[in-house]
Amino acid sequence: MARDRNRTDKPGKGVTRRGFLGTVGAGAVAAVTGLPRPGEAVPEITEPKGMVETALSINGRMHRLLVEPRWTLLFVLREQMGITGTKIGCARGECGACTVLMDGSPRYACMTLALEAQGHEITTVEGLMDGEELGDVQQAFVEEDAFQCGYCTAGQVVAAQGLLAANPSPTVDEIRAGMAGNLCRCGAYVHIFRAVERAAKGRGKGGGR
Amino acid sequence: MLPKFTYSRPGSLVQVANLAARPGTRVHAGGTDLLGCLRDGVFGAESLVSLSGLSDLRGVTPTSGGGLRIGALTTIAEIAANDAISDRYPALAQAAASVASPQLRNQGTIGGNLCQKPRCWYYRGDFHCLRKGGDTCYAFDGENQYHCILGGDGCYIVHPSDTAPALAALGARVTAVSAGGRRTIAVEKLHVPPSTDPQRETALEPGEILTEVILPPPPSGLRSSYRKIRERASWDFAVVGVALALVFDGHTVTTANIFLSGAAPVPWRARQAEEVLNGSNLDGATVERAAHAAVADAEPLAHNAYKVPLFAGLIKEQLTTLGGGT
Repeated sequence: MARDRNRTDKPGKGVTRRGFLGTVGAGAVAAVTGLPRPGEAVPEITEPKGMVETALSINGRMHRLLVEPRWTLLFVLREQMGITGTKIGCARGECGACTVLMDGSPRYACMTLALEAQGHEITTVEGLMDGEELGDVQQAFVEEDAFQCGYCTAGQVVAAQGLLAANPSPTVDEIRAGMAGNLCRCGAYVHIFRAVERAAKGRGKGGGR
Repeated sequence: MLPKFTYSRPGSLVQVANLAARPGTRVHAGGTDLLGCLRDGVFGAESLVSLSGLSDLRGVTPTSGGGLRIGALTTIAEIAANDAISDRYPALAQAAASVASPQLRNQGTIGGNLCQKPRCWYYRGDFHCLRKGGDTCYAFDGENQYHCILGGDGCYIVHPSDTAPALAALGARVTAVSAGGRRTIAVEKLHVPPSTDPQRETALEPGEILTEVILPPPPSGLRSSYRKIRERASWDFAVVGVALALVFDGHTVTTANIFLSGAAPVPWRARQAEEVLNGSNLDGATVERAAHAAVADAEPLAHNAYKVPLFAGLIKEQLTTLGGGT
C-alpha cells in the first residue's frame, strides 16, 4: 500500500488492520539511528506554510515525516503512522485514553502538537512490550483483569508505567492520585489499582524491566 | 482537527516577543489550555509562536535576595515536586499538586496556569458572551452554580487558577518581557477584573511574554497553605479554594494574606478577613469572625449561594490548621 502522508482521512480503508500495520514500518517512515537526547537543541521552524518536515523519536526509533502544524501527536501516531495502540477518547485532555510517555512522563497526546514532541522521546503502549512478551505493567493488567471493554486500557497502562517510573513503590492513595487522569467508563478502577500495585510489587522483587 | 495555523519556535525571547506582537498570533507554552480553546473555537489563531525553544524559561533557581525564581515554562508537576518550594512556600506546592491531572501537570506550565482562560461553560461554548465581545453574560440568568459570588460586574466567571491565589498570597511577582523592554507585575495585579475590562484576563499587552515568577524570601514566621474543594475527589477545578500566607510572631498573626479561588473573576483578596486577623491570636472566635468576614460582601447568583458557607467553613478549617501549635 502506498502511503500518502498528506491524507487526512482514516487509514486502513479497504485494508486489513494487520496488513496496514505491516506496511508502516517499511514505507511510510524511515528509521535512523542516533536519537537526539531530550533537551538537545531542536531546529528552529519559522513561519511554515502547509506541511513541515519534522523528526519524532517514537518507541526508540527516529521517524522523519511531514506534518501540518495543527496536527496533534495523537493524530500523527494513529492516522499518519498507523501506531494505533494510543486511543482517541475525548480529544480534549480529560479522559486519558491517548496517554503516551514523553521523556518518561505521562502526557495527553491529544493535547500535544506533534511539532512540540520534537526533541523528546515518545513511548506508546507498543513501546512497553518486552520483545514479543507483554511488559510487566501490561502483564499485571492481564493478571488482575483490569479492564472490561479495554478501550481505556492502553492509556491506563502507559499512565501506570509513568507513575511507577516516578514512584516505584506507591501507596494505594498515591496510585489513585497517580491514575486520576485516566477515566474508565466500565468502572474497572479497583482492578486497575490492583494491577498497578501488582506491577510495583513485581518490580520490588526485581521482576520488572 | 484544529483549525489551520502557522507555527514557529524561535530560539530567542526577542524573536518570540516580536512574533507574538503580530495580530492573530497566540503564544504556546504547555498548550493544554490553548489547544482546547482553539479546538472549541473560543478564539482563533493565524499563527502560534512556541516558547519551547527557550530553555532559559525552565527551572527553579534561588535568587540573590534569598527568594526563588521559577521560569515560566516550569511545569506544574515540577513545582509540586520541588523541595525548596515545598519547604518554604507550601501554599504553592499544595496548589500545584491540586491542579488538574498528572498528565496535565506534566505538560502545563506555571506561566500558562497564570494566563489561562476561564472555564465558564458559556464562554467555552457557542455563546457570544460579553467576554467574547458580545453584550450579555449568559451565566447571570443561566446555569451559574460554578460562577462567582464576589467581584462580578457584567461578567460572572471565576478565575480558574489554583497557583495564582497561592502566588498572590505569597507576594510573588512576574516578569513580562516585550520587544520594548521588561517590567514586573505583582501577581495580585496581574489579573484584570471585569469592572476594568471584561474581555481580558491579564494585564499583559500583546507581545508581552510572561517569562518568570519571582517569589520573595519567606519572612520569618511564615506559614502558608492552599486547599481547594472540588465536586469530586479526583481532578477538577476549584468550586471554592483558599490560599493563606500568615506571618506569626509567637502566637500573634502580624500579617495575613488571604486569596480565594472559585470566588471571583480574579484571584480574590479577602481584605476584611485579613483585617480581622492582623494583630490577633488565632483563637476560635477570631477564626470564626475572619471566616465570615471573607464572604461578608458575597452576592450569590441564583444557583451558587452554597459557596458562601462552603468558603466560611473552608477558611475556618485552614486557619485552624495553620494556627495549630501556636
